[in-house]
Formats: sequence, structure tokens, C-alpha cells
Amino acid sequence: MTVEKIHTENMFLHYGTKLALKDISIKIPEKKVTAFIGPSGCGKSTFLRSLNRMNDLIDGVKIEGNIFIDDINIYDKNIDVVTLRKKVGMVFQKSNPFAKSIYENIAYGPRINGLNDKKQLDEIVETALRNAAIWDEVKDRLGDSALGLSGGQQQRLCIARTLAVNPEIVLMDEPASALDPLSTSKIEELIVQLKENYTIVIVTHNMQQAARISDNTAFFYLGELIEYDKTKKIFTNPDKKQTEDYITGRFG
Amino acid sequence: MIKSFRKNIKGILIEGLTLSSALLIIAIIVVMIVVIVIGGKNQISWEFLTSFPKDGMTKGGIFPAIYGTALLVIIMSVAAVPFGTITAIYLTEYAKENAIIAKVIRFAVRTLAVIPSIIYGLFGLGFFIKFVGVQMDNTFLGGQLKWGQPNILWASLTMALLTLPVVIVSVEEALKTVPKDLRAASLALGATKWQTIWRVVLPGSVSGIMTGTILAVSRGAGEVAPILFTGVAYYVATLPGSFSDQFMVLGYHIYVMTTQSANVDQTLPIQFGTTLVLLALTFILNISAIILRYRIRKKKTN
Repeated sequence: MTVEKIHTENMFLHYGTKLALKDISIKIPEKKVTAFIGPSGCGKSTFLRSLNRMNDLIDGVKIEGNIFIDDINIYDKNIDVVTLRKKVGMVFQKSNPFAKSIYENIAYGPRINGLNDKKQLDEIVETALRNAAIWDEVKDRLGDSALGLSGGQQQRLCIARTLAVNPEIVLMDEPASALDPLSTSKIEELIVQLKENYTIVIVTHNMQQAARISDNTAFFYLGELIEYDKTKKIFTNPDKKQTEDYITGRFG
Repeated sequence: MIKSFRKNIKGILIEGLTLSSALLIIAIIVVMIVVIVIGGKNQISWEFLTSFPKDGMTKGGIFPAIYGTALLVIIMSVAAVPFGTITAIYLTEYAKENAIIAKVIRFAVRTLAVIPSIIYGLFGLGFFIKFVGVQMDNTFLGGQLKWGQPNILWASLTMALLTLPVVIVSVEEALKTVPKDLRAASLALGATKWQTIWRVVLPGSVSGIMTGTILAVSRGAGEVAPILFTGVAYYVATLPGSFSDQFMVLGYHIYVMTTQSANVDQTLPIQFGTTLVLLALTFILNISAIILRYRIRKKKTN
């Protein structure tokens, strides 16, 4: 029995005068990995950023329709965006550690929530780094700058940083697109482990990646949600011709 | 193909002309520095730097002028840097790119930067001394004259206004070097905008804020016009001990020694020495600013 974590109803997103997302209605289950695929500019990343309201930061973005998380409309006037983003974490395409130590990168989230107790912070940092499968690589140099880590390590550090805030949902925007194959497979393994405790929504250009790690896949094209189903079904027997054309590499 | 002799000559002449005008610039700066260093180097001594003028300012040192200059730029920085930084934060972090208010502020900053410094002096006299100072005296001291006359506080604040554009522009530049990705990372972790600015953006721009401060200080240390009516003195026998005291300054001291001295020829070494000290001070400040700025640029390109 799957519980629904996120659902949208007839959601439209305007970017200036351009209609970037058209009539998106989707139900995303809890503690599963949901992948968004589609060619560049199809709106999948824009949609992802609507789920933690990061689009609020972009001038000219207007959203119609509703997005519910745990049956709460996150675009309601009374919603505190800061609280929402604690619940809905995000990992970006390009790893973006702060110019601080490894420890302080992870402690950043708890600290902004007012936690300054050294012991508790130590615990959170260790747990987050363990959950992001990077603890063994960095445990002896927590005081070193995070910028000294490799690209793959930096990205796992950013995942750990997100986990340290204790979110329920983790949004990932092409988290492995800038990484080498070995780092990519580490991130993929990690994502599969994470779904035990977190609802994961991942945007990816890499269809094999979507096929390998996701439970459900949504195919976006030109701002529309063309097809959304079990990953297996999407990749073996899609209903729509456009989906089939895309996954077989005929365009995109 | 035989080269045209005339064309060739013309080319050489033009190149020669452009080169010589460029060399002239170097010559001017070299002559300036050499003359000042030669004239002033024998004057520089521990005693010159640490003692008061003597015998009607024909002998002795320039300590009060050095002290006054330092105090002036410190008070000025304490006023201009936070104010300028806060303005820069508004412009880069809060104002929408094309908002009218941001355009008006930027226009005002540019305008402030081109106003002749003597006008600042007059503004300081009219606003700080004749308005704020006189009001303070009337309100708190029953009309007794204390703040309604030139002093180091009003001079420093006037100077702060003059250097404000330098601070704002440098800090803005520094804030912009902090990648958008880092702001996004912080906000996505549930930080508020202010937490993001305070914990991510400002720590990433410290060297830029420093550069702005140093440039402002070096500008302020050399300017005389803004403090002419607002606090600088020809000679004071004691160091300024309160905000309401007048003070001496290197730049003004040079002017006084060269034009107001009883015996200009006799005080020539003091003039050279003072000039050398002022020049060295501004050079050191500017070089540190250049080094810091270079580091920021390097960070930006990485």
C-alpha cells in the first residue's frame, strides 16, 4: 500500500509571458524514487523547483493550480517557505558546498535552526555523513575545507548536508550529471538506500539511470506531463508514442 | 613590392608620437616620486614622526598630523563601511534588478562620486555644523557653543559621505562574486534570506569589504577640501581627545607649511617630509587594496 506524499492538480507555471508548465496533475508516492525524464527545456527541472518553491526566487514566475504535500497546499498564503524547505530538501545539479569545513557544511542546517550544542551537532554530522555514504572518506578530516573534496565527494557531502536538516522529501536535480561513472554509481546506490526513509524525486537526463533507480517515471515534453507510470511500464511498454520515441532515442 | 618610404616614415612618426606621450606619463610619476623622496628622505626620522611642531611650526615633527589623519580615517570608516555595506546589500540582495528604486539609488551613488570634494566640505559645514551641531547645542547645552563648530566628528562624517560611493561599489562587486548556487543551497536548507546573507554571502565577501574600506581610507587620507570647513586646524597644541576637538591632518599641514608659514624656505624639508609620509601612506593603502582585489578576481575566475 503506497501513501501519497505529493500531489498536484492542474498546475500551470508561467515564466513571464511564456507558459512553461501546462496542466500538470501527478501523484508522487511516499518513500519511493520518482524520476522525471524528458528533453532539455521540457519543464522537468522547473516542476521540481516548484515542489520546494525555489522558483519563488526567480522574477516573473507565476503558478496557478495547487501543489499539495501531505495534503497541505504549499502555495497557500499562510505557508512559511522556510519551514517548507526544511521538509523538502534539495540537491542541485552542480555540487555547491559552502567555503567552510566539511563539518560546518553539514552543521549549517542545524545551526540556522538554532542548534549550537556541540555534542548534538557532532551526532547529527556523523549520522548525515554516514547516511550519505561518505563518512569513512572524511571522518579524519572534518575540519578541512569542503572545497578540497572531489566532485563526487562534494555531491555526497551536499546530500549529507540536505539530510542533516531531517527532511521528508529530497528533490534531486540531475545530481550525477557532472560526475564520472564511478561517482555516479555511488550516488545511485545511495539514492536507492535513501528511499527507505525519504521520498526521493529526481530529475535526470540519463534514461538508464531512471530505469535503474526509480520506481515511477514521469515523462515531460514541452511543458506537459505526457506519461506517468511504473518505471518498468514506461521503459518496456509505454502508452504514448512520444514516450516511446524518447526512450528509444528517436529524439531528445 | 617596394615599401613606400613616405608611408613608412609616417608609420614610424605616429608610433613614436603615441609612445612618447605614454612615456611622458611614466616620466611625470618618476620625477614626482624622485623629487619627493630625495627632498624628504633626510627629514624622516623617528623624532620627526613622533614629535610636535616647534618654534612656530618651523621645526619639530608632524606627529599630531599623522595622529589626526589616522583618527579621521578610523572614525570615517566606522561610519562609512557599515552604512555602505548595508546599502550594497540592499542593492544586490533585495532590490529587483530593474526596480526604479534601485536605479535611483545607483544614480545617486554615481552622482555622489562625481561631486567635487569642496562641495562636500560646504555640505558638512551647512548640515553637520550649522544644522545638526547647532540643534544639539540648543537642545542639550542651552545654546552653549560646543557641537556647532568644526570638530573631528563632523569632519569624519563629511569624509565618510565622500568615500561612501567607493565603499558601496566595492562591496557590491564583492557580493556579486558569491555564486548564486551557494545562496540557493542555503535557502534550500531552510535558511531565511537574512541568514543566507549573514552566514554565506558576507563571509564570502570579506576581502571585498576590506578592499572597499582600504580604498575609502586611502581616498580619505589624501583629501583636504571636505574637512577644510568642518574640523581641520592650522595648529593645535594637543591631540584631539574628544569628538568635539579640532585636529591636524597631513594634507592640510602641507598646504599650511607651503603657503601660511612664516618662512617657507626654512620649512621646506618639513614640507617634503610631510609629503613623503602622506605619499607613502596612500601608496601602501592602494597596494594592499590592489592585492586584495587581485585575490578576489582570482577567486571569481576559479
